[in-house]
Amino acid sequence: MAYSDKVIDHYERPRNVGTLDKNAPDVGTGVVGAPECGDVMRLQIKVDEKTGKIIDAKFKTFGCGSAIASSSLATEWLKGKSLEEAEAIKNTQIVQELSLPPVKIHCSVLAEDAIKAAIHDYEHKRGIHHDGDEEHDDHKRAGSTLAGQAQLAQELARNK
Amino acid sequence: MSVKLPIYMDNNATTRVDPRVLEAMLPYFTENFGNAASRNHSFGWEAEDATKVARKQIADLIGADSKEIIFTSGATESNNLAIFGAARMYADQGKHIISAIHEHKAVLDPCKRLAREGYDVTWLEPGRDGIIRAEQIAQAIRPDTILVSIMWANNEIGTINEIEKIGAVCKEKGVLFHTDGTQAVGKIPVDVEKAGVDLLSGSGHKIYGPKGVGFLYVRRRKPRVRLTPILEGGGHERGMRSGTLNVPGIVGLGKACELCQQEMAEESARLIKLRDKLIHGITSQLDTAVLNGHPTQRLPHTANISFPYVEGESLMMAMKEVAVSSGSACTSASLEPSYVLKALGLGDELAHSSIRFGLGRFTTEEEIDYVIDKAVTSVQHLLAMSPLYEMFKEGIDLSKVEWAAH
Repeated sequence: MAYSDKVIDHYERPRNVGTLDKNAPDVGTGVVGAPECGDVMRLQIKVDEKTGKIIDAKFKTFGCGSAIASSSLATEWLKGKSLEEAEAIKNTQIVQELSLPPVKIHCSVLAEDAIKAAIHDYEHKRGIHHDGDEEHDDHKRAGSTLAGQAQLAQELARNK
Repeated sequence: MSVKLPIYMDNNATTRVDPRVLEAMLPYFTENFGNAASRNHSFGWEAEDATKVARKQIADLIGADSKEIIFTSGATESNNLAIFGAARMYADQGKHIISAIHEHKAVLDPCKRLAREGYDVTWLEPGRDGIIRAEQIAQAIRPDTILVSIMWANNEIGTINEIEKIGAVCKEKGVLFHTDGTQAVGKIPVDVEKAGVDLLSGSGHKIYGPKGVGFLYVRRRKPRVRLTPILEGGGHERGMRSGTLNVPGIVGLGKACELCQQEMAEESARLIKLRDKLIHGITSQLDTAVLNGHPTQRLPHTANISFPYVEGESLMMAMKEVAVSSGSACTSASLEPSYVLKALGLGDELAHSSIRFGLGRFTTEEEIDYVIDKAVTSVQHLLAMSPLYEMFKEGIDLSKVEWAAH
């Protein structure tokens, strides 16, 4: 398969691979995708509580080269942005930047979803609710916003 | 270290033609171009003589008689001819066939077609080690069983089935035994007498011969096996396979068999050493990597290794200078799940990808060293990026997480 140079670059030298403390109050975590679909993306943001700006972003992705590149690019773009600016990032911008072919557009969608999920997780921790947000257990419902995945995973770990 | 890239390590898919094979074939395209069925001139006699030599070379490699070799276009045709041919010829004695779920598609699909036509097929399942055992056959045989079709060695994982014991069971019960020997012939000792095989499929291009030529061994004595032909028109090959013989291809197949017989002992010892070096080199450096199939009861040149928590396409991207075959247990867009690995029970695991390393006559130790290093660094690179690996290390059971699929 012909990958663009930018995809190959992000794949070979991924930016901001890593893990932030998901329990920290200033960290938002978004986990999207499923192993059986071949993509799981975890994106984390660290927010400066005074300025409201994203001061750090990390990712880990199980998926194809385009999925890895999309999340790597997303972390680069997130740093220094306000939550509002971050929320405005569209998957089409990722497609354009990485020259993703049509079969790989879902990778960019996943990255956009992961950004939103991370922001919502952070806001949830800060007690900010959006219209339509449900309380507590909604993250256990398949297909819901995925902000709670990390906590769910942690609960499962604790229960072992 | 100077290794020429890309490296070919997919010798279960096909092999390079040995230069000695090509040399033997060439005159049969030009000077000796005759039709082996032309009985009244020297062009035809020369062609027929050449096919006789090839028949003997093939028969010698598998412990058969020259007259028992039927030339075909390849192992797919051989498998089709064996299964359809026997099923239709012996339909009045019963309509029950026994095979296994991880056979090659060229066996699975003919059996499935027969099932649609009113035959009854019992599908055996291998154990976790990938092996079909004789007692499974013994238990499955019924009074109306007419054919057992179990491959000698599996093309994806390289495990070797209990062929001699299965042959003995079939003999005792009076059931015909077909084996797809595509991956085994020329690589490990194959003796149709010792193994009690009645029908055996083989292919040229898996043994450093040309593509488009293969053979079916059809037993002539104890019992004399008869087949209903698929192709009619001229009655070539004892009426079982009509069509002008592919003389250059047949000469190449014969030469390839001769070389395999001469060099098997040395070659298999060398390949086993390289294969085990590869397996050990990878699994000792990656604690997540798992060898699929039985550790020792396997082909000298085949190793199939799973890499959990790593996605298949990204691994292929990392391994792009190494030509290997990948099977993925996850249903990512471009990679089909491997039904062979699923048959081993691997499908239950959520996320892993697998690579089949197929070594061959032209594989060097330098290439093995390169591939070990490439596989280890690629997988480590991807594990460091894998959220699933991190969850696994935290002790989270991935099968219990409620993923939100897209």
